[in-house]
Amino acid sequence: MKRIYSVLVENRAGVLCKVAGLFWRRCFNIDSLAVGETDDHTVSNMVIVSSGDRRTLEQIEKQLNKKLDVIKVKTFDETQALSRELMLMKVKYNRNNRRDIMENCTIMGAQIVDMSNSLMTIQICDTPERVDMFLNTFKTISIVELTRTGTLAVTKCSEA
Amino acid sequence: MNGADAVVKCLQKEGVEYVFGYPGVAIAPFYNSILDTDIHTILVRQEQNAAHEASGYARITGKVGVVAVTSGPGAENLITGIATAFADSIPLVCITGQVETSLLGGDVFQEADISGACESFVKYSYIVRDVKEIPRIMKEAFYIASTGRRGPVLIDLPSDVQLSALPHFDYPESLRMRTYKPTVEGHAVQIDKVMKELSRAKRPIICAGGGVHLSGAVNELRAFAEKYEIPVVCTMMGLGVMPTQHPLFYGMVGNNGQPYGNRAMNDADMIIMAGARVADRSISQPSLITEGKILVHIDVDPAEIGKNAGPTIPLVGDLDHVLASFLRHEPITCDHGAWVTELNKNRTESEADKNAELKKALTNENPAYRGVNPQAFVRALSLAMDDDAIYVADVGQNQLWSCANAVIRENGRFLTSGGMGTMGYALPAAIGCQLAAPDRLVVSVCGDGGFQMNMMELATAQYYGIRTKTVVLKNRWLGLVRQHQHLSYKDRWSVTDIGDYPRLDALTRAYDLDYVKLESDREIHEKIREFLQCENSVLLEVDVDPDWMAFGDFHKEYHR
Repeated sequence: MKRIYSVLVENRAGVLCKVAGLFWRRCFNIDSLAVGETDDHTVSNMVIVSSGDRRTLEQIEKQLNKKLDVIKVKTFDETQALSRELMLMKVKYNRNNRRDIMENCTIMGAQIVDMSNSLMTIQICDTPERVDMFLNTFKTISIVELTRTGTLAVTKCSEA
Repeated sequence: MNGADAVVKCLQKEGVEYVFGYPGVAIAPFYNSILDTDIHTILVRQEQNAAHEASGYARITGKVGVVAVTSGPGAENLITGIATAFADSIPLVCITGQVETSLLGGDVFQEADISGACESFVKYSYIVRDVKEIPRIMKEAFYIASTGRRGPVLIDLPSDVQLSALPHFDYPESLRMRTYKPTVEGHAVQIDKVMKELSRAKRPIICAGGGVHLSGAVNELRAFAEKYEIPVVCTMMGLGVMPTQHPLFYGMVGNNGQPYGNRAMNDADMIIMAGARVADRSISQPSLITEGKILVHIDVDPAEIGKNAGPTIPLVGDLDHVLASFLRHEPITCDHGAWVTELNKNRTESEADKNAELKKALTNENPAYRGVNPQAFVRALSLAMDDDAIYVADVGQNQLWSCANAVIRENGRFLTSGGMGTMGYALPAAIGCQLAAPDRLVVSVCGDGGFQMNMMELATAQYYGIRTKTVVLKNRWLGLVRQHQHLSYKDRWSVTDIGDYPRLDALTRAYDLDYVKLESDREIHEKIREFLQCENSVLLEVDVDPDWMAFGDFHKEYHR
């Protein structure tokens, strides 16, 4: 089972390390982790995607709540959330595949944000599944560099 | 006023009597400031023991134990002590000196990332970077350590912060922590549910853990059990919650527990876990034991509830409050008489066999073993101790003999390192206990392995005039591992023979202790009397055959 944890934490040195250390020590999975400041600069939001059996997923929530730097833990599954991931990917192109790449970008709503005569950088911001789907279309293309943010998620307005 | 003065002032505000520790350059400002106060300092011989001594002190007083050591190796030596306290939820505030802030991260002399190293076994840790934060951090540290699920808090204090001027000292009266709000009161709906189930249950049992002691709920637990005639068993950390000879007490459970206690747990239809973790050594197969039963799990730490066993009724709260709510609840009618009678029958049979065996041991002219029957010894020792005596057991076979055979009275305590199983805990913890309760009898019972790990604390005790009464059950082996090698490795004795040294009679002379030696069962009562009556600090050496097993069998066929 997959579960998303949206964790508000004190925006202090060492907190990321403590939270990540908790997952490591207790053998919890981190499928993805994204951290950033919220509108309140003393508070950061960590979005952690994890997977495991029901007891493990419950323990993750309880153990997170136990950390004294954690202000609030919200947990939900993928159907209850809007999730987005940003990917930046630098690829090598040539005359033969250039058109295919551009078409794929158009179909998937990705943008070419930087370019030279042999390289282009593509940006896509979408659900993690669609980012994976897009990435799969690049099997025959040489990827020079690739980076993903990890999943960001908020619950749907209808869930509130 | 500088930072060090401020830390010391905070300790005074918290009513701290003792600081256990070891100085060094990085904590020198603190130890310089403390000299001007009436806080007693105890210089240990190795930092780990400072934490154990503070732990013994905390467990007897119910207050927070305080430790202060230097940076680098001082802090690192402390780690085992902190981890031991964490595993048993003992409230400590541990202050470690640290190198100057500007040098942090530079791998300079005696620098260690102690807060990083301790992260998984402290309740919380601080690195103080600004002298102005000291009052708030100290206030928080004591609050965190002593509330909710108790535990050690680490404060890493760079030397320059200790020396910085603090123009204005203001100790906060109250705290505002948005991340820490432990639940104290049990939820009324859940309380009600428990009482309803209890009125329906035919065979309820309470399994009491260390949380009952930590929450100061011993009297409430006894009152609750007596009010509704509920049988009680306990975990190792819960020993002493009920007097051993209480009619409703059925011993310790677990793989080292009383068979009739375990059987009672199995046969129950409702288990009330009170301040117990459902840990592997107490309940090795939680799903089996809880199957088809109502499981009530009361704990101050919500994360413990459901971690190892899924409860029917989870109940978060501090046990003294929760049990008081049970007692205040509109009385229910229930009749557990038949259940209690059944349990009594099992207990009486089992105890009668045991008593006969132990009695026989005392009069046996030609025993199959050398030296003393350790179970008979432990039983006799505990029976000869005062009603409010403190029995501190070390770790290993000696601990299991003690758990199964020591008789704890109404006001007595039984302390040991349960969760971490730290060898060498007993002697330093006993020193802390004796400081906490100067008028009570404190006896530590060790094996010859554990004793040698921390025996240097005899010097600490002698230096400060703290009385120690130490029993060393000497079998010249690491007994519990040897037993394991017997049972699982076909008697291949690998690295478990520790030999005859040190000669304990010579050692006691070096430390100016009195010395008593017990070599046969027939002398048990006489030597125990001599040991307990000794005015001076004293060590009792007990000769034990290494072929004894922890669960009390003597292995005749198991000879070297």
